Amino acid sequence: MSATPATSAGFAVRRTTGTARIALVVGVLVVAALAALPLAGNAEAMRLVVEFICVLTIAQMWNFLAGYGGIVSIGQQAFIGLGGYALVAFVNHLGVNPFLAVPLAGIVAALLAIPTSYVVFRLKGAYFAIGTWAVAESYRLILANVQLFGGGSGESLTALVAIPLAVREIVTYEMAVVLGVAAVGGVYWLVRSRLGLALTAIRDSERAAASAGVDVRRTTLTIYAIAALGAGLAGALYFLEQLRITPDAAFGMSWIPLMFFAVVIGGLGTIEGPIVGTLLYFVLRQEFSDSGAWYLVGLGVLSILVMLLAPEGLWGLVARRWNLHLFPVRRRLDVAGETGTANGELHA
Amino acid sequence: MGWIDTIIQGILLGGLFALFALGLAVIYGVMKLINIAHGDFIVLGAYVALGISGATGRSPFVVLPIVVVIFMLFGYVLQRTILNYTLGRDILIPLVVTYGISVVIQNLLLQVTSADSRSLKVGGIETASIALPGGLAIGWLPLLTLATALAATIFLEWLFNHTRLGIAFRAASDDRETANLMGVNDLRLYAYATAIALGVVALASLFMGIKFEFTPDLGSSFLLYAFEAVVIGGLGSFWGTFLGGIVLGVAQAIGFAINPGWGILLGHLVFLAVLVLRPNGLVPRSAAA
Repeated sequence: MSATPATSAGFAVRRTTGTARIALVVGVLVVAALAALPLAGNAEAMRLVVEFICVLTIAQMWNFLAGYGGIVSIGQQAFIGLGGYALVAFVNHLGVNPFLAVPLAGIVAALLAIPTSYVVFRLKGAYFAIGTWAVAESYRLILANVQLFGGGSGESLTALVAIPLAVREIVTYEMAVVLGVAAVGGVYWLVRSRLGLALTAIRDSERAAASAGVDVRRTTLTIYAIAALGAGLAGALYFLEQLRITPDAAFGMSWIPLMFFAVVIGGLGTIEGPIVGTLLYFVLRQEFSDSGAWYLVGLGVLSILVMLLAPEGLWGLVARRWNLHLFPVRRRLDVAGETGTANGELHA
Repeated sequence: MGWIDTIIQGILLGGLFALFALGLAVIYGVMKLINIAHGDFIVLGAYVALGISGATGRSPFVVLPIVVVIFMLFGYVLQRTILNYTLGRDILIPLVVTYGISVVIQNLLLQVTSADSRSLKVGGIETASIALPGGLAIGWLPLLTLATALAATIFLEWLFNHTRLGIAFRAASDDRETANLMGVNDLRLYAYATAIALGVVALASLFMGIKFEFTPDLGSSFLLYAFEAVVIGGLGSFWGTFLGGIVLGVAQAIGFAINPGWGILLGHLVFLAVLVLRPNGLVPRSAAA
C-alpha cells in the first residue's frame, strides 16, 4: 500500500484506493473466519473449502500467465499432476512426512517447468497453447506406464493411515488456507512488482519490452516456473485430500474447463476475476450437478458469450460500472486539485 | 517382416491423421485461427453420418456427399456468425470461443446419444484386405483412407495455388489489410475457407467412424493428432501436413508394436522431438513455392 509522496511539481503517483483498504480489512476477516472453520467441526464444509482453494489457486496461476503475461497455456494440468505424483513419491516411496511433502512437491513441479519450457517455448501464441496440452498428455501417458505408481490405475496414499484422521483433516485444511492467501496475495504482489511490470510489458509488445531492457526469456521462464509452483502445490494438496491419484485424475482434461471458465467468466487480468469465477463455478456446480452434461453445455455457451460480448468478464463489468478496484494494480497520477482522473491513469 | 508390416500399418494410419490435419491446416493457414473444436467436429461428423445412414438405411459411403454438404454449410455459417468475431490481435478470444464450442459439442453429443460407443458399418470393407507376398496384408479401408488423404492434399494444393479463390486465400493470409484494399472481402473469404475445411473434416469423420468405435469424448485426442501432424509437417504446404500425418502414424504404430501403452505416447514424443530439433517442421514455410 505505497503511495509516493507528492513532489514539488504537485502530483503524486497512487496505487491504492479507499475501497482497496476496506477490501483488505474484509479480506483479513474472511481469511480469519476460514482459518477458524475447523472449530465448527464440519468435515464436509472443510473438504469443500480445500477443493475451492485448490481450484482458486490454479485459476489464479492460469490468470497470472494468461491475463498478465499473455501466455495462454492449455497444459497447466501437467504441473497439477506432477505435484500430485511428486507428493505420492515423497510420501509413499521415500517416507517423507506428508505435510512437508506438499511444499516439496510444489518445488518439484516448478523445477520440471524448466525443461518443459525448453520444449514448449519453441511455439508461439495459439500453437504454444496446444503444445502445452500435448506435453501434459505426454506426462499423463508416461506416468500411466510407470508401474511403481500403479500404472494406469494409480495409487493410494497408504502412508497416511499412520496419521490420525482429525490431525490430517485439520492440517490439510489449514495448509489450504495458507495456500489460498499465498496464491492471491502472491499474484497481487508479483503483478505490482518489477517482474509484473516487465510481464505486462511483454504481454503488450514483446519487441517493445525487449528494447526497453526487459529480459524476455528470463521473465517468461520465471513466471512459467512460478505458475507451475502454484499449480503443483494445489495439485499436491488436492490429492492429499483425495488420498488417491490416477494419471487421468492428475493430468486429465477435466482441469482445463475449470481454468478457462473460472478465469474467463470471472474476468481475465484482474485478481478479483478468478475469485468471482471460482465462486460462480462452485455455486453452479452445487446447483446444477444433477442436470448432467447440460450444465457443461451451459458453461460452454456462457464462456463463448462472455468472450464475444464482454471479454473483460463479469468482474470487468462490475469494475467498469462502479470503478471498483479491490486489488488495484494500476498506478494513478494525482495532480494537485484533480484526483483520480481517468486520463491520469497509467496501466500497470 | 514384422517391422515392415508395422511401418506399412503406420503409413496407412498416417493417412487418417493427414485427413484429420488438413482441415486444421486450411483454417490456420488462411486466418491464423487454431480451432480447438476441430476434433469434436470430426466426432460430430461421424454421428451425423450415423444418423443419416440410420434414417435412410443407406451405407455411410452413400450418404457421405450429404454429410459433406451439411458440414460445408455449417462451416460457412459458423464462421460468419461466430468465428469472424474472434479474429484479431488477442489469441485468447478464438481459443476460448472454440474451446467453448468443443465443450458444447462434446456434452450435447453425450446428452443426446449417451456415452455408448458407436461405429459406422460399411458391409465388410472394414475387414477386407489385399494379401501381399511375405505374409503382409493391406486392409482395403486403410488404403482407401490413405488414397482419400492423398486426393484431398492434391485438391487443396491445386485450389490454393491455381485458382482465384486460392490466390485470394493466400493474399488474405499474407496481409489481410492489403488484400482488403485489392477488393478481397476477407470475412466472406474466411467463411469459404472454413466451409472447405469442414468439407474435408466430413471425409475424416467417415473414415474415423468406420475405423474406430467412437464416443463423444474422443475429439480432444483427434485435435492433438491433427495439430501434431500440422506442426511436424511445417506450414510450408499441404504436402507438409500430409507428411506430418504419415510421420505421426508411423511413430504411433512403432510405439504400439513395442508396447500397447506406448503407441500414443511415442507419437507425442516424436512431435516434441521435432519441436526441439526442427522447430519449423519438416517442410518449413520459407521453403515453399
